[in-house]
Amino acid sequence: MPDTILRKVAAALALLCGCVMAAAADYLPLPGGKFESVLPQGPSPSVSVAVDIAPFDMRATPVTAGEFLAFVRTHPEWRRGRAPAVFVDGRYLIDWRSPLQLATPDATDRPVTNVSWFAAKAFCEGEGARLPTWLEWEFAAAADATRLDARADPAWRRRILSWYERPASTALPRVGGAANAYGLRDLHGVVWEWVDDFNALFIAGDSRTQGDPDTQKFCGAGAISVIDRDSYAVLMRIALLSSLSGADTTGSLGFRCARQSNGDRP
Amino acid sequence: MNPLMPRRQALLQLCACALAPWAAQARAQDLPGDSIYQLRVSLTDQHGQLLELAATRGHVVLVSMFYSSCEQVCPMLFETIRLTLKALPIAERERVKVTMISFDPARDTVAVLLATAQAHHCDPQWTLARTDEPNVRKIAAVLGVQYRRLPNGEFNHSTTIQLLDTEGRIAARSSTLGAVDPALVKAVRKVLARRG
Repeated sequence: MPDTILRKVAAALALLCGCVMAAAADYLPLPGGKFESVLPQGPSPSVSVAVDIAPFDMRATPVTAGEFLAFVRTHPEWRRGRAPAVFVDGRYLIDWRSPLQLATPDATDRPVTNVSWFAAKAFCEGEGARLPTWLEWEFAAAADATRLDARADPAWRRRILSWYERPASTALPRVGGAANAYGLRDLHGVVWEWVDDFNALFIAGDSRTQGDPDTQKFCGAGAISVIDRDSYAVLMRIALLSSLSGADTTGSLGFRCARQSNGDRP
Repeated sequence: MNPLMPRRQALLQLCACALAPWAAQARAQDLPGDSIYQLRVSLTDQHGQLLELAATRGHVVLVSMFYSSCEQVCPMLFETIRLTLKALPIAERERVKVTMISFDPARDTVAVLLATAQAHHCDPQWTLARTDEPNVRKIAAVLGVQYRRLPNGEFNHSTTIQLLDTEGRIAARSSTLGAVDPALVKAVRKVLARRG
């Protein structure tokens, strides 16, 4: 049957592409589209407005310690001890045995953590990419294994929350957990991830209160509030990211890169 | 005539050219690790002149971020900086530079920056500058400024004035608006005195 042959050829091609891609980083295409964020995107901080997200590509997994080691080998200015304090705090790559030695040999496939926003950004720029925006990350992370937007499902929410109950003291798992509907892995339950606009995620206590105390501090419509208060797992991320400065590092904060959709490029 | 001479001269010139960027890098390496001038970013000022963020190295600088179409806080920000300068003795006031960096490179063109500078009667010690969006994010990150662009083109942003010492280290911050912050004035004087 020609249909089967076609499918076999397609599968073989996909396999071939997969092998070629593996040499570089594995980026997967996301279609973008209308998306309703838990953060209000319109001029009113209490009304949800769906926004258009342009198609983009995203790394299938968080950047691993092994990949970051390869980066600092070729970018000595980002080695621990050399990267300036304005870009990395005193805990940068603190778990590594030396500036060019991972914590343990088997850390290669585990997500790199203890990296600052500046360092994460430099890594992504080094492979012609960037950090995803918050909206891109939220869009990607809304999918479960079969649905592109599973956020309304209480069972899905409970599952995400349970992933966060893993004690912080246990070693980070290897990257490559179950894929979501886009083929992306480890968006939940492994590490927190930097986003490009982490310093856009400031939150007011509640901007519906009268006499907003932030009108002086924040120009414009006041600080953002949160529309969907049931998305605890996502809110925890926002709360964490909004509390950070660009040089901060933590043992559970890593990153993955994104880039503009390569569209019709081969 | 020695036929090697022109060649040697050419070589020497080549060496000099090759050394120039090296020398610049060596100078940059002298920068303290916590200097915001570690960030290599090019700006364009209100006169269309290209300059590096680190161009004010050696000066005491008040730096803040703004956008021209902002009607609420930003005019107050300009006024607050003016009041802060006014609170200094004239001899000290003249030694302080002001750098205002726009959140809004799309709308704050050189012409708009110049109009804004004129509207706020900014004298030559003020630089109003723009750069591209990724650099705006980086500058905001080294300054500890938070901002987000709203779909209507407005910006939410935290408003602080940072004081940089001559090496580009943040020596003080102030979020006071509409009035002089005595602590900021004191910090400016202290940094100026340190400079000697």
